[in-house]
Amino acid sequence: MEGLLSVSLGTVFWASISFLIVLILLKKMAWKPILQALKDREESIENALSEAEKARAEMANLQSDNEKFLKEARIERDHILKEAREMRDSMIAEAKNKAQGEADKMIESAREAIENEKNAAIADMKAQVASLSLDIAEKVIRQKLSDDSQQQQLVEGMLNDVKLN
Amino acid sequence: MENKRTISFTKSFGQLTKLIVVFLLVLSTGTVLASDSHGEEKKPFNAGDMIIHHITDAHSIHIGPLSIPLPVILYTEKGLDIFSSSNFGHEPHLVPYTSPKTGLTYVNSHEHIYYGDAQGAIQTEMVLNKKTNVEEMHKMGPMDFSITKSVFGMFLIIFIMILVFRAVAKGYKKREGAAPKGIQNFFEPLIIFIRDEVALPSLGEKKADRYLPFLLTIFFFIWMCNMLGLVPFLGGFNITGTMSVTLVLAAIVFIITTISGNKHYWGHIFWPPGVPFVIKLILVPIEAASILIKPAVLMVRLTANITAGHIIILAFVSLVILFGEQGAAVGAGFGVGVGAVLFMVFMFFIELLVAFLQAYVFTLLAALYFGDATQEAHH
Repeated sequence: MEGLLSVSLGTVFWASISFLIVLILLKKMAWKPILQALKDREESIENALSEAEKARAEMANLQSDNEKFLKEARIERDHILKEAREMRDSMIAEAKNKAQGEADKMIESAREAIENEKNAAIADMKAQVASLSLDIAEKVIRQKLSDDSQQQQLVEGMLNDVKLN
Repeated sequence: MENKRTISFTKSFGQLTKLIVVFLLVLSTGTVLASDSHGEEKKPFNAGDMIIHHITDAHSIHIGPLSIPLPVILYTEKGLDIFSSSNFGHEPHLVPYTSPKTGLTYVNSHEHIYYGDAQGAIQTEMVLNKKTNVEEMHKMGPMDFSITKSVFGMFLIIFIMILVFRAVAKGYKKREGAAPKGIQNFFEPLIIFIRDEVALPSLGEKKADRYLPFLLTIFFFIWMCNMLGLVPFLGGFNITGTMSVTLVLAAIVFIITTISGNKHYWGHIFWPPGVPFVIKLILVPIEAASILIKPAVLMVRLTANITAGHIIILAFVSLVILFGEQGAAVGAGFGVGVGAVLFMVFMFFIELLVAFLQAYVFTLLAALYFGDATQEAHH
């Protein structure tokens, strides 16, 4: 048992040397680069995460912006459509009015022309009737002397000839 | 694709050879044990001697039937003597060795080397029988700087640690910023565990970086030494169960604590503020003693835990051998054998846990002591 708990100078010597060697070597060769790499990686992961969070917020912002734009655009479209519709309606109404006026005018002028024609025709007829009457009267007077019945006949015949046109 | 296949083939081939080697080792150990028990029927098995023999430091490594001699380095008045421990012969039949360089004769008794005289054999007997005068016996020995089993084990662990952690560091360089892979992936959680669960809570963010290299080194050193001691058939290393080793580890913790102790730390030990004078008279000696007691406890805890684990496992082995030696009731022998093996498997699992736990506890306490020593005044 004494061998178990006793301390041997040689082992202490070698243990100190070997532990110090491993401590110095590993500190230089392993721990510094490893810890630095771990720290760097953790930082980069953290950065990436925060950046992703930022990007997500931006995305949400963009999306809400988009929605706003869309809404505005829709309102504008409705507005434009409404205006167009109104314009169309007004144009149609105007055109209709104009056409109506034109038509009325044309009808009016036609009526006037007809009236004129009619008046002219009546005047013409009157003149013809007058000249005819004169002719008849001339012929009657010429034949007056011969026969009364003949005169009657002639007048009738002439009247038959005359057609009131 | 072709390259990959050949690699995996060589890998599996390597594993196969390893398996065969292990199998042969197991086989040969069995045969040697059988022949041993044949040769020495007279000497009854002594469990205590066997256990102590296995857990104490030695000048050779036994791997199965092989006994690998280690260099013996002795510092005497006549200069350094370096020779192979095989010069002492093998276990039950030890012989004295006379160095041709210094002309001194050495005797190996219970893995302790003493001076002998020309009639070394007689001297051996004398030393063996003179167990009452331990002090005297120790004085008879030269200064022993031998590469013992524990020292060799430490060298092995250092070699492995440097290889492993250089590979890990290379992995970080090669895959900068990328996910860890292979051996790097295995050690990264442990490194982060020591950093985040041991160093940061006890030392704080600012001071953790300064002590982390030491904490990581001591953690992996203790853990790997503990694990090496648990590998069966590999010489039964008991590095962290050797007082000399844990003494060094604890001493380094003590030195670092003392060096980094600030005014606040020493003030609290030698003149605790806000305490009545009478209490101070009691408190100050206790606090002062605790400077040394703390690392001493670290040392004893580690040694005791690791050694106890080895003793328990060896005790179960002894149980099987003892019942086998009785030979009267074969059934009882088999029963004990089966039971002991089951308990041993259970103990091995516990020991795997203890190997990690003790390394963790040592590191954690060291970190706490450093944290105490560097704490800034906050009241």
